[in-house]
Amino acid sequence: MENALEIKNLVKRFGKFGVHDVSFSLPKGYIMGFVGKNGAGKTTTIKAILNMLNRDSGEIKIFGKDNLKDEAEIKQKIGVVMDSPFYENEWTLVQVGKALKPFYTDWSDTKFGDLLHHFNLDPNKKIKELSRGMKMKIMVACALAHDPDLLILDEPTGGLDAVARDELLETLQAFVKDENKSILFSTHITTDLEKIADYLTFIENGKIVHSDTKDNMLEKYVVVKGGLNVLSPEQKKLIIAYHETKVGFDGITDKANLKSLPKLVTEPCTMDELVVRFNKEGRNNKE
Amino acid sequence: MYSIVISNTLTLPIYEQVKNQIRLAIINDELAVGEMLPSIRQLAQDLRISVITTKRAYDELEAEGYITNVQGKGCFVKPKNFEFIREQKLKEIEQHFSDAISCGQLIKIGGVELHEMLEILLKESEDGKCTGN
Repeated sequence: MENALEIKNLVKRFGKFGVHDVSFSLPKGYIMGFVGKNGAGKTTTIKAILNMLNRDSGEIKIFGKDNLKDEAEIKQKIGVVMDSPFYENEWTLVQVGKALKPFYTDWSDTKFGDLLHHFNLDPNKKIKELSRGMKMKIMVACALAHDPDLLILDEPTGGLDAVARDELLETLQAFVKDENKSILFSTHITTDLEKIADYLTFIENGKIVHSDTKDNMLEKYVVVKGGLNVLSPEQKKLIIAYHETKVGFDGITDKANLKSLPKLVTEPCTMDELVVRFNKEGRNNKE
Repeated sequence: MYSIVISNTLTLPIYEQVKNQIRLAIINDELAVGEMLPSIRQLAQDLRISVITTKRAYDELEAEGYITNVQGKGCFVKPKNFEFIREQKLKEIEQHFSDAISCGQLIKIGGVELHEMLEILLKESEDGKCTGN
């Protein structure tokens, strides 16, 4: 399968923080959710993809091309939505379009106009007059108006109400109806991912904990619960995010481990469960 | 006309829900032979589920012989394979019988009584058919 995005051994240190040896790839035609809590390294990774910071080492390929050597060419085909617009506050939406147009060979005024109309945005409004939801929409409109093949969104659903989130998800799915288009979006809202993401990549303390299809991940793990003293210390090691209370324990485990464990109560894993447990496990390992 | 409804509270994986409902529509002739299914990406968008999940449902339907994927054109309903459907229905019947047996064991209803019950039910359904005409 052809990859829209390929990251190999990316390293960027900021004192104690940063990303360490990040590698993952996004196959063409699919949506990947990039999950991690604040400070885990999501934005650093995205900035490295866009060459907005100097990385220490590693390699990033977009559409099979090096993101440093072929930066100008690649960026013609990338649409980016960050957490807040970087347009002048006094500009109207029409002026925003005019300002961006010269940078892109494939910019379409018609498409931009259609998108504004679709999102119910008044072209004569100024950036400073927009709500959080409308700001996200104008960024999406700008990102899509130049016909990108890869859309990168950093926490696009943060601070949006349920209706605006739903509209955004719909727009994203409509975008990948063309199988040459791909999306990477970072978020911590799992219900968004549960619906539309094909792939999930978990990042924790600057390291990739997991990267796989969502379906594989949800099928691979199972929630286990049981009484106290039923597991030996070796068996406890098989449980991810082992958590003990006065009356019992819970955690998740790889289904393959079930045969080496005593009979326990098992439940299918939800996305929320995965996010919380991987996060806990990360914290446990750090301590 | 057929519809596909996804439940997020069922424990059944979403791809299986999609698969089962399309399969049912094919068996019940709601989807005719040769009819084109919605494209994977269209259906994913309509159901608000991921492309990979939808693809898996289609792949399994293809493997089970219900649909065929014509590269670059789409997925079409194949002529029904009655042998295969019969095989599946037989399995279902066996399952129901063994459920009845284990249910009987709970309240000590043995083979003789089960046979009697089956005879009565068979007769009733035959009578029903006669009066129905």
